[in-house]
Amino acid sequence: MARFIVRRVLSRVVLLFAITTLAFILLYAGSGDIARRIVGQTATAEQVAARAAELGLDRPVLEQYVSWLGNAVTGNLGRSWFSGQLVLDGVASRMAVTLSLVIGATIISALLAVALGVWAALARGVVDRVIQFLTVLGMAVPGFLVAVGLVLVFALQLGWFRATGFTPFAQDPGGWVRSVTLPIAALAVGGVSAATQQIRGSVIDALQRDYVRTLRSRGLDTRSVVFKHVLRNSIGPALAILNVQFVGMLGGAVIVEQVFALPGLGQLSVAATLQGDIPIVMGLVLATAAIVVVVNLAIDLAQAFLNPKVRLA
Amino acid sequence: MSDTKPTMPIPVTKRSQGLLRRVMKNPVGLVSLGFILLIFGLALFGGLLAPHDPNLSDARLILAPASADHPLGTDPSGRDVLSRLLVATQISLFAATLALVVALVIGVLAGLVAGYYKGWIDGVFGWITALTISMPGIIILLAARTIIGPSVWLAMLVFGVLMSPSFYRLVYASVSAVREELYVDAARVSGLSDGRIISRHILGVVRAPIIIQSAMILGIAVAIQSGLEFLGLGDTRVPTWGGMLSDGFAAMYRAPILMLWPSLAIGLTSIALTLFANVLRDELERSGGILRRRKKGAQAAEKRSRQGDPVLVHGEDAHSARRTGEVLLDVSNLHVGYDQPDGSLVEVVRGVDLTIRRGEVHGLIGESGSGKSQTSFAILGLLPSGGRVVDGSVVFEGVQLANADADAYATVRGTRMAYIPQEPMSNLDPMFTIGSQLTEPLRKTQGMDKKAATKKALALLARVGIPDPQRTFDAYPHQISGGMAQRVLIAGAVSSDPDLLIADEPTTALDVTIQAEVLDLIRDLQQDYDMAVLLVTHNFGVVADLCDRVSVMREGKIIETGPVRGIFADPQHAYTQSLLDAMLEDSAPRPPLTQGARS
Amino acid sequence: MTTPLLDVRDLDVIYPARGGAKPFHALKKVSLDILPGETVGLVGESGSGKTTLGRAVLGLAPVSAGSIAFDGRDISHLSRRARRPLARDLQVVFQDPYSSLNPSMTIEQILAEPLTANGVEGKAARDRVRGLLDRVHLPADAANRLPKEFSGGQRQRIAIARALALDPKLIVCDEAVSALDLSTQARVLDLFIEIQEATGVAYLFVTHDLAVVRHVSHRVAVLYRGEIVESGPGAQVTLHPEHPYTQRLFMAAPVPDPDRQQQRREARRELLAAQASGAPGGGATAAQ
Repeated sequence: MARFIVRRVLSRVVLLFAITTLAFILLYAGSGDIARRIVGQTATAEQVAARAAELGLDRPVLEQYVSWLGNAVTGNLGRSWFSGQLVLDGVASRMAVTLSLVIGATIISALLAVALGVWAALARGVVDRVIQFLTVLGMAVPGFLVAVGLVLVFALQLGWFRATGFTPFAQDPGGWVRSVTLPIAALAVGGVSAATQQIRGSVIDALQRDYVRTLRSRGLDTRSVVFKHVLRNSIGPALAILNVQFVGMLGGAVIVEQVFALPGLGQLSVAATLQGDIPIVMGLVLATAAIVVVVNLAIDLAQAFLNPKVRLA
Repeated sequence: MSDTKPTMPIPVTKRSQGLLRRVMKNPVGLVSLGFILLIFGLALFGGLLAPHDPNLSDARLILAPASADHPLGTDPSGRDVLSRLLVATQISLFAATLALVVALVIGVLAGLVAGYYKGWIDGVFGWITALTISMPGIIILLAARTIIGPSVWLAMLVFGVLMSPSFYRLVYASVSAVREELYVDAARVSGLSDGRIISRHILGVVRAPIIIQSAMILGIAVAIQSGLEFLGLGDTRVPTWGGMLSDGFAAMYRAPILMLWPSLAIGLTSIALTLFANVLRDELERSGGILRRRKKGAQAAEKRSRQGDPVLVHGEDAHSARRTGEVLLDVSNLHVGYDQPDGSLVEVVRGVDLTIRRGEVHGLIGESGSGKSQTSFAILGLLPSGGRVVDGSVVFEGVQLANADADAYATVRGTRMAYIPQEPMSNLDPMFTIGSQLTEPLRKTQGMDKKAATKKALALLARVGIPDPQRTFDAYPHQISGGMAQRVLIAGAVSSDPDLLIADEPTTALDVTIQAEVLDLIRDLQQDYDMAVLLVTHNFGVVADLCDRVSVMREGKIIETGPVRGIFADPQHAYTQSLLDAMLEDSAPRPPLTQGARS
Repeated sequence: MTTPLLDVRDLDVIYPARGGAKPFHALKKVSLDILPGETVGLVGESGSGKTTLGRAVLGLAPVSAGSIAFDGRDISHLSRRARRPLARDLQVVFQDPYSSLNPSMTIEQILAEPLTANGVEGKAARDRVRGLLDRVHLPADAANRLPKEFSGGQRQRIAIARALALDPKLIVCDEAVSALDLSTQARVLDLFIEIQEATGVAYLFVTHDLAVVRHVSHRVAVLYRGEIVESGPGAQVTLHPEHPYTQRLFMAAPVPDPDRQQQRREARRELLAAQASGAPGGGATAAQ
């Protein structure tokens, strides 16, 4: 187990390193005359060159990368080329919004999906078919369409929730709930659907296992076999799908934040992308990859711990 | 058994319908496929139908309502909505298709090559996969946009690369699986080249899964592309669904209707593609089911023709007369059937009568598909889903169990009736220790506390001949051998001191030396506990070793029953005779090869 | 003395280490020969390496040391390409009649595959397919059916017909009747013998079933944990085994007669007691 953990952690660190290296080289080498874009079309060649020298853009990409990496390790991700804001500050201040959406949606997905998936698998028949159909629809409709629909119905027509804007939790918990409910719902639809299908499938699969019949032959009733043995065997696949859903929702949050005008990573990244603010884009890539790597690692280790074949290896 | 033997007849079965035809017969499949064709038709020819230049702004016609000239009105810039929608359909769909084609070409080719030859491609794709599952696609596309600019085509090209691992994994897994199939080994032994093996045996297998995956990927590409455009990251000069939605969203308070058309286009296309993929997958999976059903159906039809043969009953002899105690289990006219989706019923057990007395070991012998295991599951009340007792009665110690509810079985299973399965490994839950799987039923059915249950489980493990009971008690199933696992299952079965033990092919999965040990164990335990045993098997040697009485089963019915010596010495039914004749245990060894023996 | 058709000398097969597992030494110094027209039964329990030996002969398992000669020619390290012409002489029938036939090909396509790969095409191939079906007692109209329309025994006949397509000199039969029901099993075994008597093909008959091996084999070799522990004429090995493991193996198989099985059971118990106390041949039991 210890060897497994070390191997996993190392491989994730290497992966994180590889992603940032690739992103840096592509972004800096592929973006053409960056300094010109920053100072604008009207600037003279001297101004451009001066700006390039100031930002270190006249150096070879690899050299720039090494110095970026050296700074990044100490927590210095540079400054925005346009606003001059520290990248770390910009990313950190928006991280809370995005994470509260994604984590909220993941938890709701997990709870609802377990309930719906187990229900569908045990009930079969009409219940199963209805749940199946709804989850196929839920997976098919893009999350931002759901978001737009929610805004139209609940914010504009019914006025139950605020259409846009964000209230920090510390400032007004009630307002916070009102500002994140619709975005979380929009994000969770796809996650609930995908996870429900997965859990339904793995419960049906587990129910047909030989050991279920053998345990029942020893006098255990179906309910206790399902809630102890079948669910226990379905946790692994369920965690795997939540892992995938988490990454998907992190991407979905970019668009959903835009719909609800929430000041999260998504808003920052759209603005940075449109401007070509590469230090910010780089900071976002690093932050997203780091979040995903940490979550992946946590789920990997949880799965390994739950599986005696890996735990005892 | 000579050259003159006639050729064997083969029952005529209908060839299965094509997959596409079955999808079309499904209403959801038909509608979704129809919509997909319609929208692609619009994409191809819609540009020609557009009444106006999609980018022509008319300052006098900002947000104009629907009119003859502008059937869907105009947008905030005074552009014709219908024209924009038609052109956007073309661009959005073709760009999504570009992503699909890129993903297909890279993923399928690499998957075929890597799946067949393994090697470094595997490593490269491992990395691309790790990258794409570690980064949300939209973040990568955002980062890419700073380099490649606003072009929807370039964005979809990048997205195609990002999606290629999903095809790669699909093809790689299929190819790796097919490569292990014996028919591919046979083709290699037959001297086929690799290219021919791939084209003949492998492409056919992956074709349908690729179509399914393609529909899904196309839907995802439409969604993500619209999302990017919706964020305002696209080229504003090029009309797309997402761009139109973005324009409409900006005018949400003034003209919410503008969001309707692009929303419908995006939503319905995604839904149609997903539904189509689902129907296709269901039909593909069902085609496996149809086979099984047809086979069962054919057997059932064969069975019906032989109904009405009387059961041949042998008289008691000196050995079996010792076992003439009280009747423990009385099965009469048992019918077991499986409901089919088309409403019909396939009977696999068709009128079985079976009596087991206290302390008797009764063999139930038959070939595969004879219904012997189904009979034992019906007695245990553990028929697989879809199966039920259609008719007849199962009386165990005076209680009627046929179609009994869970409460009736609660006083029987795990206390007075127990079960030993065939496959040792799959009958232990891999997630729990042997000990917990043994003590859980003890605590539940015998009301023992943890300590007492542990003590009893350890004693049982010792009793079934496990050398280090504590170690096995603490072990997980994957840590013990198959022979040990079967002993554990036997320990679990006898843990409740049952009156009737139902053993379903308890030694079939074991090596012959282990089989002998397990048979010895079952014999000893039967005597210790004075249990009755219903031993389901296809092996006459096992019957001879253990049983007092034996019933021969064929095609859902018992055809001959009686004391084991009587049946072995003097089989009455032609089928029993043919089974005994087919035994090779007593056949003479083949003599060594002499030169003259060869032609 | 006839020269052997197949001559395996001191064969070692080692499966390389994979994912933390140690390399697996499946066969150790195995030697075996088969004469033209002869059946050699190879019997052993799971993990004995019997299937590996068959696969090594077919070029489907890695040869780590030793040699395999076929018709006087060393074939132990042939490349896939160099091996292709061997398909004419060396064929296989697998255990599982369900996965050994491609479910989406008709019987004619399946049977024609080895023919076209070796240059027999068109009408000649179709005629040959008819002849093969007749050879295994299947009707000619079977050619246009799919494998799923046939029972297990019939599928195994098709697999035998495919193996016979190129008139091979040796067929490796890997548990070729183990998946079949008892009555079907006997008929398919008799088909094997009938074909051998008609064509003079040799068999390497790999099985775990002692009764099967006794019925079809001229000579028998017993494989135990990767090594051949006993070999000789069928009657000698299967009726008067000398090696302690072979003795245990043969005593463990129950006979279909309650009274004789009772005697055998007792004899087995005595044998185990004697072997445990280190009496005749106790050295090998120590490995247990």
